[in-house]
Amino acid sequence: METAVFALFAALALVSALVVVLHRNPVYSVMSLVVTLVSLAVLFVLLGAPFLAALQVLVYAGAILVLFLFVLMLLNVERDEGAAGGRWGQRVGALAGALLFGGLLAVLAWGGQVARALPAPGPGDVGLVALARELFTTYLLPFEIVGLLLLAAVIAATVLARKPGEEGR
Amino acid sequence: MTAELLGTAAKMGLWLVALLSVVPIMVWVERRGSALIQDRRGPNRVGPLGLFQALADAAKFLFKEDIVPAAADRPLYLLAPVLALVPALTTFVVIPFGPDVEVGGRTVRLIVANADTGVLLLLALASLGVYSLVMAGYSSNNKYSLLGSVRASAQMISYELALTLSVVAVLVPVGSLRLDDVVRAQQGGLLDWHVFPQAIGFLVFVVAAFAETNRLPFDLPEAESELVGGYHTEYSSMKFALFFMGEYMSMTTLSALGATLYLGGWHLPGIPFPDHWLGAALTGFGILMAKVAAFMLFFVWVRWSFPRFRFDQLMRLGWKVLLPLALLNLVLVAALTVGGWL
Repeated sequence: METAVFALFAALALVSALVVVLHRNPVYSVMSLVVTLVSLAVLFVLLGAPFLAALQVLVYAGAILVLFLFVLMLLNVERDEGAAGGRWGQRVGALAGALLFGGLLAVLAWGGQVARALPAPGPGDVGLVALARELFTTYLLPFEIVGLLLLAAVIAATVLARKPGEEGR
Repeated sequence: MTAELLGTAAKMGLWLVALLSVVPIMVWVERRGSALIQDRRGPNRVGPLGLFQALADAAKFLFKEDIVPAAADRPLYLLAPVLALVPALTTFVVIPFGPDVEVGGRTVRLIVANADTGVLLLLALASLGVYSLVMAGYSSNNKYSLLGSVRASAQMISYELALTLSVVAVLVPVGSLRLDDVVRAQQGGLLDWHVFPQAIGFLVFVVAAFAETNRLPFDLPEAESELVGGYHTEYSSMKFALFFMGEYMSMTTLSALGATLYLGGWHLPGIPFPDHWLGAALTGFGILMAKVAAFMLFFVWVRWSFPRFRFDQLMRLGWKVLLPLALLNLVLVAALTVGGWL
């Protein structure tokens, strides 16, 4: 039963991820990304982390991708605008992607020799209470810094989006 | 295993029947209610008091011509109305509707899925509802539909924040995400209902619930006087009816959530629940549904009493009034909880 569910949603995640990259219409790409994220959420549940799964759907699928769609529809992006940065940009991007993928594969293949495996989390380690305790004790500083970084990004975006001379409004 | 599956199926069946019968009842309540408020008679010809009007409407929907616009994006256009029902038909699973009962020697919890993540699961599934509106508007290839969708996406995201924050404030004193525990925390007496210590949170929740279900005064995604029909302009026949049903079912689920979070859920002070008695299940469900009905009547009352907001007013209310209020409420509740007063 569990294996069947895993196989189904792993396949769904892979196929929809491919559609994200290959489809010519950006709206379809975003919709496929929703499917990918929801399938990954199901895999999280199978791994015993239902809290992460709920957050994944709530934050990424339910909010961030809606904003993607909002921007796409607001700018009325026509199908197949071509990738940003032209041919060169595409090549550099492809190279970087290949390097990253190769690196991940290498870690998978030889990771045991260079890095120590983390202990498998127990059932109490992925729950809400354990997660919150870690976040607000061990990782408090990184957590706050990430929050500050997001705030800085929001302010920067607002400043960039404003045309000069609009300060008074 | 089989008995468990059967029990789950029975519980889901009860909910499905309730949710599906809510739609015709609400159509009648809405039309007769609006007539009452506007000093008209309303539909009163089909059956006693016009009660069968909804059935006539349903038959009409079934026999209407089903049109797919030539310029529509066909796959998305067909998928959108189906998706409208997905959150409506899944979110009820985490709402408890009665005390534990004993059936055939085993204790049964009256909740379909008592997941650890509880209310988060509900919010996550409900947050997917906006895709149906967005898809419908985009795929219709019609400028009014598109405008409706753009509005829907901005509105849902904005009010989801306030809604979630008000829900979080309820969970702080309870100390659990399970709605089961939320109900248990309110069983002392009437004053234990969360609506009293968290009146601000309740206000924010109700206002945000109107925006999340696209009901007047926040029905800007359809706004018939400016956008024809908004996101569902191009939909006809049963496809339109699915959007319609989705809206009423989402109202029901949000009402049930509101009743569970703030009004004691299936519990009512003074009504005894002899443990493990099967009739208690129906009593609990009846009490929950009565509270849901009160919410729904309020939805209808407000719809026919207030004019529609302008979009900038809607955004200002969401971000500059409701969000700070929800945050204030959260801080207050957290402080009171730490101080031991809640």
